[in-house]
Amino acid sequence: MFSRAYRAAITLPPLLWVALFLLTPYLLMFCFSFWSVSPSQEIVHQWNFNNYRELAAKGVYPETLFRSMWIAARVTVFSLLLGYPLAYYLSFRAGARKELFYQLVIIPLWVSYLVRAYAWKTILGSDGVLNTLLQYVHLTRHPLDFLLYSPFAVVLTLTHIYTPFAFLPIYAALEHIPRNLVEASHDLGASPFQTFWRVIFPLSIPGVLAGATFAFVLSLGDFLAPLLLGGPSGIMISNIVVSLFGAAYNWPLGAAISLCMLLLVIALLFLTERLEKKWSFS
Amino acid sequence: MEFLVKRPSDTSLWLPLHAAAVFAFLYLPIAVLVLYSFNGQGVGGFPPRNLTLDWYRTLAGDSAIWDSVFNSLMVAIAAMAISLALGIPAALALDRAKFPGKALFRRLVLLPLILPGIITGLSLLMLFREASVKLSLLTIILGHGTALISVAATEVFAGLQKLDRAQEEASLDLGANYWQTFWRVTMPNLKLPIIGAALLIFTLSMDEIAVSFFLIGRDNTLPLEIWGRLRRGITPEINAISTIIFFFSLAAIVTWYRLRVRAEGQPGIAAELVEAGQGK
Amino acid sequence: MTTTTQSVIGAKSAQAAGGSLLDIRNIAKSFGSNPVLRDISLDVAEGEFLTILGESGSGKTTLLRVIAGFEQADSGELWMSGERLDRLPPYRRRVNTVFQNYALFPHLSVEENVGYGLRVAKSPAAELASRVQQALAMVKMSAFSKSKPSKISGGQQQRVALARALVNRPRLLLLDEPLSALDANLRRQMQIELKSLQREVGISFLFVTHDQEEAMVMSDRIALLRNGELEQVASPREIYSRPATAYTAQFIGHTNLLRADVKDRTARCHSLTWPVSLPDGPALFSLRPENIRLAPDQSNQVSFRGAIRNQAFHGATELLQIECADGLVLSVRIPASARLQGNLSFQFSASDAVPVRESPEKS
Repeated sequence: MFSRAYRAAITLPPLLWVALFLLTPYLLMFCFSFWSVSPSQEIVHQWNFNNYRELAAKGVYPETLFRSMWIAARVTVFSLLLGYPLAYYLSFRAGARKELFYQLVIIPLWVSYLVRAYAWKTILGSDGVLNTLLQYVHLTRHPLDFLLYSPFAVVLTLTHIYTPFAFLPIYAALEHIPRNLVEASHDLGASPFQTFWRVIFPLSIPGVLAGATFAFVLSLGDFLAPLLLGGPSGIMISNIVVSLFGAAYNWPLGAAISLCMLLLVIALLFLTERLEKKWSFS
Repeated sequence: MEFLVKRPSDTSLWLPLHAAAVFAFLYLPIAVLVLYSFNGQGVGGFPPRNLTLDWYRTLAGDSAIWDSVFNSLMVAIAAMAISLALGIPAALALDRAKFPGKALFRRLVLLPLILPGIITGLSLLMLFREASVKLSLLTIILGHGTALISVAATEVFAGLQKLDRAQEEASLDLGANYWQTFWRVTMPNLKLPIIGAALLIFTLSMDEIAVSFFLIGRDNTLPLEIWGRLRRGITPEINAISTIIFFFSLAAIVTWYRLRVRAEGQPGIAAELVEAGQGK
Repeated sequence: MTTTTQSVIGAKSAQAAGGSLLDIRNIAKSFGSNPVLRDISLDVAEGEFLTILGESGSGKTTLLRVIAGFEQADSGELWMSGERLDRLPPYRRRVNTVFQNYALFPHLSVEENVGYGLRVAKSPAAELASRVQQALAMVKMSAFSKSKPSKISGGQQQRVALARALVNRPRLLLLDEPLSALDANLRRQMQIELKSLQREVGISFLFVTHDQEEAMVMSDRIALLRNGELEQVASPREIYSRPATAYTAQFIGHTNLLRADVKDRTARCHSLTWPVSLPDGPALFSLRPENIRLAPDQSNQVSFRGAIRNQAFHGATELLQIECADGLVLSVRIPASARLQGNLSFQFSASDAVPVRESPEKS
């Protein structure tokens, strides 16, 4: 279907750009992670394993990483718990209003992350909407502390941000299920719940895996919500990286952490891809 | 499937209730934001009192914000151009061409979609440093453009999947060469996906913060300007600008959605996944 | 006789036969303002192979879905063995369906698909396994028990769908155009297999198709559905040789429709005349092409001459288009022969001209 010129014209420009602006930066990050920084704040191009030794040795890095993974895990679970029934309702029960509801779900998705995180800050603060509301109706007498500047606030905000992300692939997978399978299941004697458990849910698993991956990876690497709402106890791994590229000025160490995150994400993607293949049947 | 709708059972009540609760959860912060942008007493406190347009007036006179809006617009438009200029050929290449490294290319192009923005931003920062490129709006443009190629490629790719190959073959059969076929047959069919992608890229770029955070020079984009203010303390002016951002995003996304539906008859991020097979 | 009476007689003949299993009473269903089923009444007998035959849009699939429970009728009742069927959801009816595109569960193996209904009913493991094996053997798919549906052919999927339905020992099996996706040879083979399978298991089959040949080959009775109403319900031989309406005569097999005037117990159509016992007035007759023969004059036959306009070779037979002197054009089917030419003599028995009712255009 092609002339050579056509084929070259469509593959070369994106290929070159991607090589220059995606591949090369990652390779550079790899290199940086093996370099170090001198006391005079110069980057020393000397190859060594120091950064990795430091990551493995000092407590704060693995600690923060595990805390971040724990936060990301909770966000993932809550996003799935909120998103799956919503997707099921839209796909199987909403009928004519399905389209309208779908729009309602994706709108928040594209409305500024910063705006939404900020909104939670104003709600959860000690002078915030929630606290003053609770005091106003005499449910509490003092502002609740844990609402803001805590892992709770981070999990809440990130769940709010990533629930639509979890919803989308689940909804797509549910829509993909031929309705005659549901009828066949009823025909063979299975009640609606049994049909869900034996037919609908297994066939929706690739969507669940994709949604979970999105929610987990994106919340793991988030640095805005912890900065705005996390307080000292809510610091995540990305905040450490940010400070290493900022005030703490240790780019090589920051690169090492970033590289680890990158590898972790790639490993997760491969894993879910394998799992999705195993659970995809059409 | 009718009987499921006509005969209420236990499950059929809590599902719509759950849905309503989730929608409330999703929209609550935005509602609060919009409401309190009119609140005379500031961002907190309940109930809102002294409804006023003051904050909007302050906003109107805030030149720093409007400078950053201007910057953001420039960045968004430039990023849109780059992403489309590279994303459209990328989609074509992925859809039709065979070349060495295709699998790697596909993964690389799609990676920024799922990778936390911090990694994309940081890696580009290292590149610019080693190449001694000064940070400025240009570096932000390059960052956005690169990250958003994936959006352009995905949307156009989905549009290509829906394209009937027979049309292109007919064009070739009737004497047009590959270039002519591309411009006369392929591109017109991609009009809607491209416009949709442009809209999406524009919106995402206007809101982008993670990549911009590391590539910023002297001039701020709107999100970074707001961010800077947040570090210094909250003012309801931020509510006002946030409300405005919300309504613009709303308009953009609804338009995008409508275009999508017109292009494919069905909404969905990955159109090729959304195919409800019927038994009859 | 009116449509209703004749349909009712044909439809209710089941009761006389093997005893009525399914009693369909005055079922009506509309989608929006579009009536798809209008007042359908039909009995399905025990152990009978009944085909619901109709064009697309005739309502035949909707009727099947109402019986299966996937649609609710707007009015009317369904009774099975003395119980109201239409009040039950599909998963509580002793009715199973073979779907048009088979609807096999892609994530389960053939074996697991077949055993699905038994697992849902919590059958004991040993009984489940043996019944599944039996069902698979019955449709000759034992060798594929561990395969996934995506790995077997269309014809094989269809057999699995059949086994999956039959293993539950339903009282009635519904088949929604199950053979339409198969190629011609496989189809013919499956028709024979399905028929003998039905005889073997002895349960009632309610088969939906638009293919009249298929209906004739397989059925004990055919219910011809047109625009949501039953046109005729009768055995294949009966419906072929004694069609009730012009539509039936034309839908099933080929026919010549002769518009005639009856006067003094003689029907006259152009220059053809033949004796009838009908009152005076206009009448419509169906004359099958194979009932017109090439022959010399014989006294007790209706004879006429016609010129060959077209001759089409159909393997075992020829289909001739002949034109009589007065412009009447008829189709004639004769055994295969050499090319014929010119004006020839034809004849048919008066009794082969079957009076049929008009079938007015229905909205």
